[in-house]
Amino acid sequence: MKLSPATKNGIKLVTGNRTVRACLIILSGVLLLSLIGPFASRHSVEAINFDESLISPTFTDGRVFGTDDLGRDLFVRTMQGIRLTMAVAVVATLVSLLIGVTYGVIAGYAGGKLDALMMRLVDGLYAMPFIFFVILLMVVFERSMLLIFVAIGAINWLDTARIVRGQTLSLKRRAFVDAARLTGVPSMRIIFRHIVPNLMGVVVIYITLTIPQIILFESFLSFLGLGVQEPQASLGSLVSGGVDSMEVAPWMLLIPASFLALILFCFNFLGDGLRDALDPRGDAT
Amino acid sequence: MSDLLTVENLGKHFIVSGGLFGNFLGSARRVIRAVDGVSFSIAHGETLGLVGESGCGKSTVGRAILRLLDPTFGKVSLDGRDISHISRRALRPLRQNLQVVFQDPFASLNPRRTVGQSVAEPIKNYGLAKDAELRKAVERLFMRVGLRKDQIDRYPHEFSGGQRQRVGIARALGTKPNLIVLDEPVSALDVSVQAQVINLLVDLQQEFGLAYLFIAHDLAVVEHISARVAVMYLGKIVEIADKRRLFANPKHPYTKALLSAVPSPDPDHKKNRIILQGDMPSPSNPPSGCRFRTRCPIAKPICAEEEPELKAHGKHQFAACHFAAD
Repeated sequence: MKLSPATKNGIKLVTGNRTVRACLIILSGVLLLSLIGPFASRHSVEAINFDESLISPTFTDGRVFGTDDLGRDLFVRTMQGIRLTMAVAVVATLVSLLIGVTYGVIAGYAGGKLDALMMRLVDGLYAMPFIFFVILLMVVFERSMLLIFVAIGAINWLDTARIVRGQTLSLKRRAFVDAARLTGVPSMRIIFRHIVPNLMGVVVIYITLTIPQIILFESFLSFLGLGVQEPQASLGSLVSGGVDSMEVAPWMLLIPASFLALILFCFNFLGDGLRDALDPRGDAT
Repeated sequence: MSDLLTVENLGKHFIVSGGLFGNFLGSARRVIRAVDGVSFSIAHGETLGLVGESGCGKSTVGRAILRLLDPTFGKVSLDGRDISHISRRALRPLRQNLQVVFQDPFASLNPRRTVGQSVAEPIKNYGLAKDAELRKAVERLFMRVGLRKDQIDRYPHEFSGGQRQRVGIARALGTKPNLIVLDEPVSALDVSVQAQVINLLVDLQQEFGLAYLFIAHDLAVVEHISARVAVMYLGKIVEIADKRRLFANPKHPYTKALLSAVPSPDPDHKKNRIILQGDMPSPSNPPSGCRFRTRCPIAKPICAEEEPELKAHGKHQFAACHFAAD
């Protein structure tokens, strides 16, 4: 497949930026560890063993991260937490991307009354207290992973829609869009062939900056006990459990919290680095 | 010879509302009369130059003809068919005959598509060619506008401004149009490249019998390519004439002022440069009577009271001035 020069440029800029490269390496390392790690351990996620509860991290018996108050292996649970947190982040981002881009492009391209109506709706939704909205959802419906994905995605698409609409407004005034209209290209094809590809650059940067927000939000929900259900664990629920036994077993808090901090740091730096790398005004290369 | 394009009393007004509160109060709506009653016609294979300073509405005329904007009033006919009031669906097949080349060669090509894809798009849309045949057609167009075949699969950023403008011309030629609106096609280019592109346009016109509406702010460029020239000021045509008459014997004081600003290559040439005072008035609030009177060196009281009409002064020369005959 022949890559477009914009894509090629993007790849070059990204790999040429030291911060971005370092973050990508750390993130893929953590993800790889979380995928492979559990197989290397002979302990299971669920097995409760009161005889082995609250073992502090040690290299004997493969208890590198120790165990929790129920005697579950913390290494395996942390790795599972990372997987789940990352999965929530990715799926919620895709949901927000799908809704936000579609909504924003339609509003921006249509313009006029429809645009005004659609964006006022977004303004209205912005004004809603979403924590309560999510709590309500969790209470009314049976708690499930799917619901968490949808709820978080449904919050984040508002920002995406605004950004995409703004980009669309400026892109549709460009002469190549006029040229396409003049040569009889139907509106749908103009949107998908001429507008969407040209706003992806901005959207990609924006998305890398929203992933940490989503991770944080999911952790927050799990911390409140509204997130994932036992025996499953996310980093947020592990931190929440760690807080309870902070005084007797500090590793139960520190280990998942460190991983959470590391992942958040990397995504934030990745977003900043991407923005620097793709900003035509900066000379990041 | 029948006219290919006729524009009758074309007007485009923009309504500028006074912001959020202005909207609620229903006040502060200003009407910008960008184009206010413009008429002209273009014959098959002819070039009409449309000149005027920035903001006079010349590009708006072009966009209204192309139906990128819907005219507020007036009528545009292509080959005797009204194209200003039909639906976009009905317009689509007619657009094949009516193409455009834009001013900014950097904005007129999609940066994420190869130039070949951009040129092929109109041909494909009108079902004029497919697959291998389409590729052949694009190759022919590339060769015709002075680009190489092996440049088809490149992206716009790999080309210079002049080359991109050639790509834009190739795209416009793809559907075999009768009329091309050239919206300041060389204004963004270097002078040496301007000449090459203009010569290419002249060659293509002879080869394909194209008619051009050539929009420009530079009389020197227009002089080379046009058969007739129309001069616009503040949304109206103030003078329209055969090129030779307009350049040799301009009737309207605005045309005279514009011509006096054309640089001459002869250093000994003594110029009586007419310098116009002030700026063009706002099109939302044009002066009473003659629109040019606020800057006109020969304005008299009558100019404020009565708007001069476009009247014939000699064969094929029309000017809108009370004193054009003097």
